[in-house]
Amino acid sequence: MSSTARELIPEESREPEGAPVHRVKSGRVRRLSGRDKMVLALMVGIPTLIELTLVWLPMLMSVGLSFTRWNGLDLGDIRPAGVANYQYISQDYPPFWPAVQHNMLWLLFLALIATPLGLLLAVLLDQNIRGSKIYQSIFFAPVMLSLALIGIIWQLFYQRDNGLLNFLLGTAGTPQAVDWFGDSSVNIWAAMIAATWRHAGYVMLLYLAGLKGVDPTLKEAAAIDGANAVQTFFRVVFPAMRPINIVIVVITIIESLRAFDVVYVINRGTNGLEMLSALVIQNLVGEGQVIGVGSALAVVLLVISLVPIVFYLSRTFGKENKA
Amino acid sequence: MAAKFDASEARYPSRRSVLKTVGVGAAGLAGIPFLAACTGGSGPSATGSDSPGLTFGSGSSDDVPKRAYQAVTDAFTAKTGKKVTTNVVPHNDFQNKINSYLQGSPDDTFTWFAGYRMQYYAEKGLLAPIDDVWESIGDNYSDALKKASTGPDGKMYFVPNYNYPWGFFYRKSLWAEKGYEVPETFDALKALAAKMKADGIIPIGFADKDGWPAMGTFDYMNMRLNGYQFHVDLCAHKESWDQQKVSAVFDTWAELLPFQDPAALGQTWQDAAKALEAKKTGMYLLGSFVTQQFTDPAVLADIGFFAFPEIAMEGRDAVEAPIDGLLLSKKGGENKAARDFMAFLGTSEAQDAYAAVDASNIATAKGTDTSKFTPLNKTCADTIANAKNISQFFDRDALPAMANNVMIPALQSFIKDGKMDVKNLEAQAKTLYAAQ
Repeated sequence: MSSTARELIPEESREPEGAPVHRVKSGRVRRLSGRDKMVLALMVGIPTLIELTLVWLPMLMSVGLSFTRWNGLDLGDIRPAGVANYQYISQDYPPFWPAVQHNMLWLLFLALIATPLGLLLAVLLDQNIRGSKIYQSIFFAPVMLSLALIGIIWQLFYQRDNGLLNFLLGTAGTPQAVDWFGDSSVNIWAAMIAATWRHAGYVMLLYLAGLKGVDPTLKEAAAIDGANAVQTFFRVVFPAMRPINIVIVVITIIESLRAFDVVYVINRGTNGLEMLSALVIQNLVGEGQVIGVGSALAVVLLVISLVPIVFYLSRTFGKENKA
Repeated sequence: MAAKFDASEARYPSRRSVLKTVGVGAAGLAGIPFLAACTGGSGPSATGSDSPGLTFGSGSSDDVPKRAYQAVTDAFTAKTGKKVTTNVVPHNDFQNKINSYLQGSPDDTFTWFAGYRMQYYAEKGLLAPIDDVWESIGDNYSDALKKASTGPDGKMYFVPNYNYPWGFFYRKSLWAEKGYEVPETFDALKALAAKMKADGIIPIGFADKDGWPAMGTFDYMNMRLNGYQFHVDLCAHKESWDQQKVSAVFDTWAELLPFQDPAALGQTWQDAAKALEAKKTGMYLLGSFVTQQFTDPAVLADIGFFAFPEIAMEGRDAVEAPIDGLLLSKKGGENKAARDFMAFLGTSEAQDAYAAVDASNIATAKGTDTSKFTPLNKTCADTIANAKNISQFFDRDALPAMANNVMIPALQSFIKDGKMDVKNLEAQAKTLYAAQ
């Protein structure tokens, strides 16, 4: 095959030549015009710069600040504090450990209840039932609602004296009425149900997309082989959605770590609703700002979040390298 | 897959939180000068000794106080011919961004509170002292107000506009019907509460979903047991939390706890105000702003007020009455017109202009018009006027981080089980105050 003829074949279909790959690569780079190079440099450079200034720089500064004491006023007031801030949050700060526990509980709840619920909804809505689009919109609506609206909606539902739930239980207005938001033994569950309401819709949408992407011939083949619907789903369809599954696992973990909005609208993450993210906000934003402590909490959250991120990246790129 | 990765990456949580760390400060620093620049006139006006106008930063963003301050600035302009450019910022934002606001280019004068938080900024050199202003307005104020306006260096920094007392509110008709009498001592309060409980009423209305209202009970218990000065020193962390005096406050409070509304943690102060209106609770300890909730004039006329009963020390000399007023920023210190405006606010003329629009507070200057006072206003005003010491409420007298990050969760857990770990309070206080 002459080199000219080779150029005519699409790159991905070319047979590997005896020549080393990098020669082909370097040959192509040389063919880039000055203009191409500039476009490339801009396309790579700008996102890198944004990533550096808006992500890496603040992150490293935050890590740095977590080892200092600072009142946030004058840069000269920054004083080194060693690990004092970490010692403080782990030993002296009462909301810290409950927050860690609540984040774990949140993760378990989303993973065992909310995510499977979203999957179930997706499977049901994938059956071409009548009004499927309407149901999809309804279940997805919570994901798009603003924080304030969510607060109002759940307030109506959970209120002690005239909330819907106590009304249905017949306890509204009586001393037995459950204070769903105020009673610290139940409010975490109330909040997790509100979170499920959002999370399930989100998971549903992703799985719907995933289900549409599964090759129907796989299902047919399974049916011909005599698999029933359940077997088809769990043995064929579900494994075929592996990329989506990984995304969902990561999203579920991340959602449980960044769980914030629902508890914040209820009572700003106090009294039984302590969450790491709410503590970070409490300590970093606003009048109660303690930059060192807040940064230390943010770093703890960062380190915990790195675990699923690293898992995800290694799965994604590990697979690409093998391919 | 790559696209999916980006999507999930964008949701990555701690990056957001980390961004907030720096972002909030940076955005605040960058945003506020810009806002100030938009108003114009602030730059050049700062240099001349006699400038044509001033800028005024206001955190009083609710409709009524906003119009009330508008009335004051209009009166000032009418009197002196100097223009006041007002920048109104929603009050939560105003408070949350005060650090970057004061370091950026603040307005010449701005609304703030007396107390530790004022003293803190004075100490950091972000405020201009106004002793000259106080020479002209000093006679308009009581000693307690003067003390509350003084910085840590003994110079004057603050001009009080209005304040509002904390105390017990009750429905006079209910009390008359049941034959309850205003308790003078803590024992009488407990006896009265027990009687109310027997009558099937929740004796003391209580709401702490927002976390801060319970600080009012703590402050009064502390001041009545240990005195005003101890309250100030404890808030400034000159006294340790880990001592018998503090434990005594919680022990005494624990005696009252069974009489306070057990649903406190699930309701806001507005809910508790409604319960008082509906005569479900016998009395309610809150600031006089609670009366804003009683929109029915008949109910409002039926509301009585009494000061927190005496316990062990100083009788009822101290009253909790947070003062709102004006401060002069460091930059505004060079603007003569801004000083004139502060002096104007310290007169009965200006405070009458304010009170004509916003009547829910008590003007602080002497000689203000009291002809429109309701009996309730009058009781509140007398309580403040007779006080030897005026405290500013825990979250104004103490480091905000101590109030918001430590006391709110601590008091909420105390309300649940009646127990307080003062050692832990001290450990937290040590770290937080050391960071300042």
